[in-house]
Amino acid sequence: MVELKANKIGFRYGGTKKWILKNLSISLKDNQVKGLIGESGGGKSTLCKILAGYEGNFEGELKIDKLNTNDSKFNQVQLIFQHPERTMNPKWKMKQSLDESWEVSDDILEKFGIKKSWLNRWPNELSGGELQRFSIIRALNPKTKFLIADEITTMLDAVTQVQIWKLLLSMAKERKIGILVVSHDKELVNEICDEVVYLDDINHDIKYNL
Amino acid sequence: MSFDKERFKSPYSFLFGSMNLRTKTLLIISLVGLILFAIVVNSLFINVDNITTNFSIKNSQPSLQHPFGTDWMGRDMFIRTMKGLGLSVIIGAMASILSTMIAIFLALSSTLGKYFDHCVSGVTNLFLSIPHILLIILISISLGGGIIGVVVGVSLTHWIPLTRVLRAEIKQINTSTYVKLSKNFGRTKWWIAKNHLLPLLIPQIVLGTILIFPHAIMHEASVTFLGFGLSPHEPAIGIILSESMKYLSNGAWWLAFFPGLSLLIIVLLFDLIGDNLQRLLDPTQANE
Ligand SMILES: Nc1ncnc2c1ncn2[C@@H]1O[C@H](COP(=O)(O)OP(=O)(O)OP(=O)(O)O)[C@@H](O)[C@H]1O
Ligand SMILES: [Mg+2]
Repeated sequence: MVELKANKIGFRYGGTKKWILKNLSISLKDNQVKGLIGESGGGKSTLCKILAGYEGNFEGELKIDKLNTNDSKFNQVQLIFQHPERTMNPKWKMKQSLDESWEVSDDILEKFGIKKSWLNRWPNELSGGELQRFSIIRALNPKTKFLIADEITTMLDAVTQVQIWKLLLSMAKERKIGILVVSHDKELVNEICDEVVYLDDINHDIKYNL
Repeated sequence: MSFDKERFKSPYSFLFGSMNLRTKTLLIISLVGLILFAIVVNSLFINVDNITTNFSIKNSQPSLQHPFGTDWMGRDMFIRTMKGLGLSVIIGAMASILSTMIAIFLALSSTLGKYFDHCVSGVTNLFLSIPHILLIILISISLGGGIIGVVVGVSLTHWIPLTRVLRAEIKQINTSTYVKLSKNFGRTKWWIAKNHLLPLLIPQIVLGTILIFPHAIMHEASVTFLGFGLSPHEPAIGIILSESMKYLSNGAWWLAFFPGLSLLIIVLLFDLIGDNLQRLLDPTQANE
């Protein structure tokens, strides 16, 4: 079993004085689906970026236990962003954006409801929900060990939401990928997660500082 | 959209009314490009020494035989002007390309680190603070004038806008989420430069070069006119204009009018290419 561990993380954005996260610890196992709930502006997205290596200047430590590290620079912790629009090069067709991560089989595309013709479109020619399916698949690179899902299905309707999550969960189980599910939607989180944590509970230093 | 198009016709719509914007733009660019190319090639075949001096027709007004008139030595002004325009375009091309290379070099340097970035913006501000024409004259004089003096002078003063555009563009792409994602997918710096940066920068570079052109031509002519540029033996428009000043008071208006007008037209043609190219490269209008 592999575990992603964040110990005593402290963070504030460059140039600001206010701590967003302080003394925060969280862990995620590769067979685990963990929910993270917190109010808007609490720092959930910030934590996600730290876990996936998008923010370097933080206090504390971030490590992956018992991973036989291969040399590849590929980051085994992949973040799926809240807003997929900004994660695609606007001058690339969708096919090129997919290939940047890995070669996806037609089978998987079909399962996620991606039409073949979409591959030849520009990002601005797809809806937010359609784009999000692409960014989910991109993150499911065979080398991925942990997925950080930051409100990834808020732009989908209820039926599609269920369908995508079912797929994602079954693939995660199959490939032993741990998922951190970040959401406002308590119902969704309770439905799909083995365990739920509240940001306020793990980020208590901030709460009491206020 | 069809409704809007109907209402906001472009001024050229009587010429290319039914074509879509892309074809139209391409057509304008190639047409203008062809004209400029023809001027250069044509001028290469004009040998200045062979422009006959014929004192019996000196200072004659524009006519069918001599559309631009003749000068005080009876030389045909049309041929002299054509030769001068060719020279202007060639010098403009050299200066634009050199300027562009400077801009690319500086923009790339500024990405190497904070220190380099400060250096680049320092140099940029230094060059911005001195008036163009003065700087060109100083550089040209210090290099002994001539073609080299003018080309270097113009190149060293025209890289600023493109450098700024490229620097901002590189910065924006490098800090974009999709480039960060690319790094997380394990892509190397080189891969990112080749696949994310370059395809977005090349159109800017091409456009930048063409937009420098008209400025370069105008500045070359002005410096030469003032006597700090090309030598009086060169058949340049600037030389023609400064020579003709002596004869203007005698009423020989055509000596300055036609060469000046031709130069203006050339400059406008380059502007036309630049404008159309810009429209072509603007992705929001690409599909219209
Ligand atoms: N780049 C930034 N620079 C400075 N402050 C920022 C930046 N990004 C976010 N913040 C601030 O950090 C705090 C936490 O933001 P974050 O996006 O992590 O919240 P969140 O819990 O994800 O909220 P939401 O549920 O609305 O997505 C907010 O107060 C926000 O204003
Ligand atoms: Mg958020």
